[in-house]
Amino acid sequence: MADPLITLDGVTRRFDMPRRFGQPALSMLAVDGVSVRIARGEVVGVVGESGCGKSTLARLVLRLIEPSAGTVTFDGTDLTDLSADKMRLARRRMSMVFQDPYSSLDPRYTLEDVLSEPFRAQGLKVPPGRIDELLTAVGLSNRLAHAYPHQLSGGQRQRVGIARALALSPEFMVLDEPTASLDVSIQAQIIDLLLRLAGERSLTYLFISHDLGLVSYFCDRILVMYFGRIVEVLPGPKAVPRHPYTRALMDSSFVPDPAARRTLVPITGEPPSVHTPPPGCAFAARCIRASDSCRTTRPPLAETPDGAAVACHHPIA
Amino acid sequence: MLLGVDTLSVSIGGAMPLEGIRFDIRKGEIVGIVGESGSGKSLTALAITGLLPLIGGRVSAGSISFEGTDLTKLSPRERRAYNGRRIGFITQNPMTALDPLQRIGEQVDVVSRLHLGLPPHAARARTVELFRQMRIAAPEAIAEAYPHQLSGGMKQRVVIAMALAGEPDLIVADEPTTALDVTVQAQIIHLLAEEVRNRHIALMMITHDMSIVAQLCDRVAVLYAGRVAEVSDVRALFAHPAHPYTRALIDCIPRPDMARGALTGIPGAVPAVADYPSGCRFHPRCPRATDLCRTQVPALVTDGRDSHACHHSLRDTHG
Ligand SMILES: Nc1ncnc2c1ncn2[C@@H]1O[C@H](COP(=O)(O)OP(=O)(O)OP(=O)(O)O)[C@@H](O)[C@H]1O
Ligand SMILES: Nc1ncnc2c1ncn2[C@@H]1O[C@H](COP(=O)(O)OP(=O)(O)OP(=O)(O)O)[C@@H](O)[C@H]1O
Ligand SMILES: [Mg+2]
Ligand SMILES: [Mg+2]
Repeated sequence: MADPLITLDGVTRRFDMPRRFGQPALSMLAVDGVSVRIARGEVVGVVGESGCGKSTLARLVLRLIEPSAGTVTFDGTDLTDLSADKMRLARRRMSMVFQDPYSSLDPRYTLEDVLSEPFRAQGLKVPPGRIDELLTAVGLSNRLAHAYPHQLSGGQRQRVGIARALALSPEFMVLDEPTASLDVSIQAQIIDLLLRLAGERSLTYLFISHDLGLVSYFCDRILVMYFGRIVEVLPGPKAVPRHPYTRALMDSSFVPDPAARRTLVPITGEPPSVHTPPPGCAFAARCIRASDSCRTTRPPLAETPDGAAVACHHPIA
Repeated sequence: MLLGVDTLSVSIGGAMPLEGIRFDIRKGEIVGIVGESGSGKSLTALAITGLLPLIGGRVSAGSISFEGTDLTKLSPRERRAYNGRRIGFITQNPMTALDPLQRIGEQVDVVSRLHLGLPPHAARARTVELFRQMRIAAPEAIAEAYPHQLSGGMKQRVVIAMALAGEPDLIVADEPTTALDVTVQAQIIHLLAEEVRNRHIALMMITHDMSIVAQLCDRVAVLYAGRVAEVSDVRALFAHPAHPYTRALIDCIPRPDMARGALTGIPGAVPAVADYPSGCRFHPRCPRATDLCRTQVPALVTDGRDSHACHHSLRDTHG
């Protein structure tokens, strides 16, 4: 990748856990040494189970929270050591759509207020006609400018969230499960809208989801996360996974065709405790291919020339 | 026939959010109830489990027959004898189904003590056995735990064990896996299906996920804006849906082999009860709608156990 828009290098975030009386202070690694490059115009997906660190990674990329280690570079500039002023300017070029359209909009503000907010935060005037333009771009009637969030359906609210993220004409957007709380019919509308916007405005997306089927449809490249780490990179939506965890995720996804029924072989167990992370591969305890080395030595993320990468001692051939 | 729902209507206040619902469930069958948010799935479940009074609703027309007894004609007391014992209910938000202050085992024990008349010891043994069937590791220890000590997936399994404890003949499950990770969802669906097959009972599975329907259900009832759009065998439904709404729902599922841009969704949204349109309620969103659809309510045409309500059925063009 000659000139990536985003480069993450060893990005790590540690959270302190609430301290219990008489016990030593505990902390946990929510994101552990993530290195990724994202090209301009690319749509990169992140999948993984609840709690694996997807939202934390999203916040780190936009520097909404500070990394404990590692750097985030945006268009050649290291965001992690920008001053507050410079960071504010950099923010014009990036934005985020949040998971929950119900809690991410303040009930006291009209849509016009919501869509003016990003300008105000930057000390900018709202260009004339811009609110109408934003509402139209996401398929909402401009008559809704004076409506309040409670007057909108979930799908309409999520469109407002997208319009807000588009306000300053960013180059890069992080989409944190933007359709997780919506009906499939509305999810499909929103995904269609996001794809069209990406084409029209040459946007770069980091798209977070726990739905492998959706990510395969939407994304150019897929990062699979487990327990704070990237365990596999799929270079294309049709790439065949080699990590047993990615396979397990696929096998857990239902096929929308009754003629193609299969016996589900769900993986058992749950991810390890964040208090006692295992020394080796975090998936070893649930993995049918695990050997002794998996339990003692953490496999590195090994790249292949085609852009695929897998962190596994015994990848599926 | 285990359960027969016939031209069932539900009223809440002055409104009628559910109208003319008709489908049936046989022993050993898994029947999916699908439709977008607001189509009436949960109200159907509340009518069958007799819980409508809790939300100020009532059955205003039609019948719900359970092994020949019309449940809507029973007194509240007679009705209660069915819940838990004959009909197990897994509510839409199972996280609220557990009392946070009571140990998990006690909450499950009470079901088999009440409905099967088991003494405390036997009830606990049964609880532990159910937990084991639900693949809960260290079931004795879990029985002593409080709900907050369990993960979402574990709590979900406890709630299912609870619904099974009274040995019901019908389980009504309202979106039992929506809030869970796909891996946990797959485990739980697998367990439910096993239970239905092994005990030869019936499951009414409410979901808006057509992939779950495809993999799990024998039959499907598709609801839209409080009415039945279509009831059919699952294979026929996916291969040749009769109702354009069913077709549209199927086309909303992202598939890896789909061309970019092929996934467009259904324009518009499910109307609120106060805004139910005239004629066929789906007509404002339907690509096949004509003047007839705007003015005339399509009849629910029945063919054996299948039915559909559409003036321009897609099956007519199939021949
Ligand atoms: N501010 C915080 N303080 C302490 N721990 C946190 C904080 N934010 C996240 N965590 C922990 O970090 C881990 C990763 O959380 P994160 O929200 O990134 O997961 P996720 O993959 O987005 O999950 P989900 O799919 O449920 O949204 C979790 O164990 C979470 O409890
Ligand atoms: N207590 C109530 N009072 C008035 N209207 C209600 C009540 N409960 C539900 N409704 C209305 O009845 C219709 C059907 O609601 P229901 O909860 O059965 O939908 P659902 O298919 O279960 O949707 P979801 O997928 O969101 O759970 C909706 O229009 C809803 O607004
Ligand atoms: Mg998250
Ligand atoms: Mg419901």
